[in-house]
Amino acid sequence: MLEQKHNIKAWIYLLPALVLLVVFTFYPIVNAFILVFMEGYRYIDGTWTGWTLTGNIRYVLNSQLFWDAMRNTLVIVFVSVPISVIISLFIAVWLNSIKRLQGTFQTIFFLPYVTNSIAIGMAFAVIFNRDFGLFNLILGLFSIDPINWVGTGASWGRAMTALMVFIVWNGLAFKIIVFLSGLQSIDKQYYDAARIDSASKRRVFLKITVPLLSPMIAFITITSFIGAFKEYTAVVGMFGENLNPGGGGRNMMITIVGLVYESLGQVYPGATSEAAAAAIILFFMTLLLTLFNMYISKKRVHY
Amino acid sequence: METIQIRLENLTKIFQQKGKEETVAVKDLDITIPAGKLIGLLGPSGCGKSTTLYMISGLLRPTTGKIYFGDNEVTNIPPENRGIGLVFQNYALYPHMTVRQNIMFPLENLKFPKEEALNRAQKYADLVGIGHLMDRKPKQLSGGQQQRVAIARALVKEPRVLLLDEPLSNLDARLRLQTREEIKRIQRETGITTIFVTHDQEEAMSISDEIVVMKDGVQQQKGEPQKVYDKPNNMFVAKFLGNPPINLFEGRVSDGEVLVGEMKFGTSKGKAQEVMVGVRPEGFKRVKQGGFEVHVEFVETIGRDTTLIIRNPLDETKTFRAIIDADERVEADSKVRLSVKPNKMFLFDKESGELV
Repeated sequence: MLEQKHNIKAWIYLLPALVLLVVFTFYPIVNAFILVFMEGYRYIDGTWTGWTLTGNIRYVLNSQLFWDAMRNTLVIVFVSVPISVIISLFIAVWLNSIKRLQGTFQTIFFLPYVTNSIAIGMAFAVIFNRDFGLFNLILGLFSIDPINWVGTGASWGRAMTALMVFIVWNGLAFKIIVFLSGLQSIDKQYYDAARIDSASKRRVFLKITVPLLSPMIAFITITSFIGAFKEYTAVVGMFGENLNPGGGGRNMMITIVGLVYESLGQVYPGATSEAAAAAIILFFMTLLLTLFNMYISKKRVHY
Repeated sequence: METIQIRLENLTKIFQQKGKEETVAVKDLDITIPAGKLIGLLGPSGCGKSTTLYMISGLLRPTTGKIYFGDNEVTNIPPENRGIGLVFQNYALYPHMTVRQNIMFPLENLKFPKEEALNRAQKYADLVGIGHLMDRKPKQLSGGQQQRVAIARALVKEPRVLLLDEPLSNLDARLRLQTREEIKRIQRETGITTIFVTHDQEEAMSISDEIVVMKDGVQQQKGEPQKVYDKPNNMFVAKFLGNPPINLFEGRVSDGEVLVGEMKFGTSKGKAQEVMVGVRPEGFKRVKQGGFEVHVEFVETIGRDTTLIIRNPLDETKTFRAIIDADERVEADSKVRLSVKPNKMFLFDKESGELV
């Protein structure tokens, strides 16, 4: 009896959150799955012409734009995430080891977190500007000719490099803070013990810091992968709504979420279903990688 | 294993925190620790004993003074090059490594060949009696087992000095007795110069070859435990050693007699003055005649000892203790005659607490 009462109370407490989740999360997910199987759906009047099992998915898979988006997304996921995790780990370890000005540096590194991505993207677009950007100015000091990173006609490789620098930098703040709090919760005695045990700096880092920080590293890696799969704002911030260096209509820097957004903006019948199909593909890719991550962390993470 | 003597010369440690007064944790410590001995650093918390240990380890740098291992000065040598083993109070076992990996860690750092490292780790694990637990993680071990792993890890590189910080404080009473004998045995078998820190006088007395009693960063007395117990230098040492603690009375010396109130405790050649008279509970003796008469409030008989809890004639609200032979039968709420064994009475200066 007692337990049942408690159950009812628990459900009542959960109700506000549950209602919001059902309306704004679960229902849209279910709806997206249904949309994938609809043919000729028009969201303006909610009509559709029939059902199809794989039609929308096949349509998406056959479009060049989808593969552009896929390529860009995968590069963002598999290049920017490892780089930013590793860099932020080193910065956190460094921040943790300095005594002077630690607070100042923490603030500096955390500032990007409280700044709007679009604004930062626009700032980076200026930094990477061919003629007066800071980046080329620095390259100029090494007698390297100005490079067209993000202007009209910039190559995919250059645009992507600039985008990577931005995404990595933009993601550092949060990771550093999480790692730093993790480092500060590690018992100092382990480091004293390691000194007594004559461990080199490298071995202390690899054998003590990294394993003891592994729950944080796993958490950051998994959430960063998921975040990178969803990347879109960074591209808009840097290249504008056309997702192309210097504007224009090629959508060269499009990502999968960018594609979903693009498709939703179209009014022809079936466009919404294509967006749903791309979203579902993204969903399963994210799911697979997360499962793989969890499998690895079960073996490698020490809680 | 080579054994070395450790010498501390005018060792002083001052902690300076921003905006706060400086704290003198250790002051002008001059101690020589003979090679191959087990030394107990003893004192109440905050007396600087752990600070001293960490300075010997190199994890803390002394403010002034020098530390010698044998003939070599090591004051400015970092801990990793001092060749010491240290057992931390909380053991500081690496939680993500197995027992074997924990014990092997120092050897891997010193680039031992894998085969030899494995053999040595096993040898020391066997020595401390945890050789069958090599694949466990520290969390899966009891406190006593973790402590042994910590000792094995400290010993495995065959250091010249073994340092133990409150090694028994995290163990329950029974395990504590067992482990302290174990530490003694391991120290004997390896012959390694060992220093351990404790606030528990019984622990220090029972296993140390010598004890160093400290108070407020200053050494009070050093010597064999029994000698320090029998001949304390001052009131602090007398009070700190012994359980039940020493009885202290306000008394005086006059005409060569030591008097507490009207009771004659003994004789003294010292000049006439007010003194504190210290008598250990076992320093009293029951006598048929002579001595002085006291009122016994309670009697505790535990095993071979009978403890009399006696009303203090100087202050009706206080009591003191006397331990007499269990064969003697004494009733509670009765009168007995006691005298003081001459060599069990100490006279301390009222102001300084020094032995008179």
